[in-house]
Amino acid sequence: MAAFECPVCEFVYDEAHGAPREGFPAGTPWSEVPDDWPCPDCGVREKIDFRSKK
Amino acid sequence: MTTSNLDGQAQAPVEQWRDRKRYLWLMGLIPPTAVFMAAGLVWAFNQIGWNAVAPVWWWIGALLVYGLLPILDRFFGPDGDNPPDEVMKALEEDKYYRYCTYAYIPFQLASLVFACYLWSADNLSWLGIDGGLGLISKIGLAISIGVMGGVGINTAHELGHKKDELERWLSKITLAQTFYGHFYIEHNRGHHVRVATPEDPASSKFGESFWAFLPRSVWGSLRSSWELEKTRMQRLGKSTWSIHNDVLNAWLMSVVLYAVLVAVFGPIVLPFLAIQAIYGFSLLETVNYLEHYGLQRQKKDNGRYERCTPEHSWNSDHIVTNIFLYHLQRHSDHHANPTRRYQTLRSMDGAPNLPSGYASMISLAYFPPVWRRVMDHRVLDHYDGDITRVNIAPSKREKILAAYGAK
Repeated sequence: MAAFECPVCEFVYDEAHGAPREGFPAGTPWSEVPDDWPCPDCGVREKIDFRSKK
Repeated sequence: MTTSNLDGQAQAPVEQWRDRKRYLWLMGLIPPTAVFMAAGLVWAFNQIGWNAVAPVWWWIGALLVYGLLPILDRFFGPDGDNPPDEVMKALEEDKYYRYCTYAYIPFQLASLVFACYLWSADNLSWLGIDGGLGLISKIGLAISIGVMGGVGINTAHELGHKKDELERWLSKITLAQTFYGHFYIEHNRGHHVRVATPEDPASSKFGESFWAFLPRSVWGSLRSSWELEKTRMQRLGKSTWSIHNDVLNAWLMSVVLYAVLVAVFGPIVLPFLAIQAIYGFSLLETVNYLEHYGLQRQKKDNGRYERCTPEHSWNSDHIVTNIFLYHLQRHSDHHANPTRRYQTLRSMDGAPNLPSGYASMISLAYFPPVWRRVMDHRVLDHYDGDITRVNIAPSKREKILAAYGAK
């Protein structure tokens, strides 16, 4: 499972945990998150700006 | 955002740096305690026989916002004190600062209850007053409570940006007084995403008067917050009218708060609750009006807007208003790092500056011709005279382009 990080505030979207409050249950692959979904913590960057986290 | 954006002002060596504002932040508790001070002053004035002027103190909130703060801003001037990199982490984690903001809330609720008592009481002889308050004093008190509510939206703003669940919850409680719970959603998920674009209801446009901006921002923000939560509820497979809808549950807090106040003090408090809420959120909208006037992120070839940079917010690093608005005036850093706590926000290079503190600019915004005389040329200067890069009010676009020679 991959994880992706907001470049501004370090919010991490981990596919294993999803973002249940946002409506993406655990296991939701990153590809199913819409491109214009903004970081739920800072709102500065959108999905396509997120960086893959090793 | 990196430290290369810091402006060139001298920074003290780390071991010598101490936060000179550390204890000044406690002055942020003046707005939620002002009504108690007013009551003390009314009592004192009545004691010494100055009964005729004593009621002026019920207007203490207006006296602060339109009188004292602008004067003090002028007198004390710019702040300019930026914490050096090395202390940032410790400063951010120092819990003292967040407690200063939490403390706003009990005082805010106590002041609101005290005001309801004053609006409804028919015997205030203990304050040296015959009978209850006169209508003018009651309205003044509503405005003062509205100032507390408007400044409280700023406190809620600070709390609502944090990742901590407790702080997000406290944010909604602070917004209950002004019935502005949807602000918590719209500000974080709407305004911060679309700031300084024509699509953002809370970014004011060149040529748009405050009086045109006010209804556009109030209504536009409300609609946007509803849409945002509707989308989220749909993804969750829940009804839009679910209690999990953060707009609905925040409004419900206001309904409960108002219902308790009416049950205890009677329906007489309702018109004053309405006045303070409308005035309170309008005060917040006045500050919204200042923050991005005319500024615009340019659209790139791929159809997306350029990223929000320090150039897209009006700053005003004046120490007095800084204290009362928890560094909100270091607005560029706030938009670059929205989750950063107020004590660590810094004044940034490349950011356009207002000629005075937010508190002074509020009064100016009420008078559109004066506002435009002061601000329009500053917007133009910021864009090197290129009017086509400005966020212009659509209804005045042709006229403004023609006036500035772009047509």
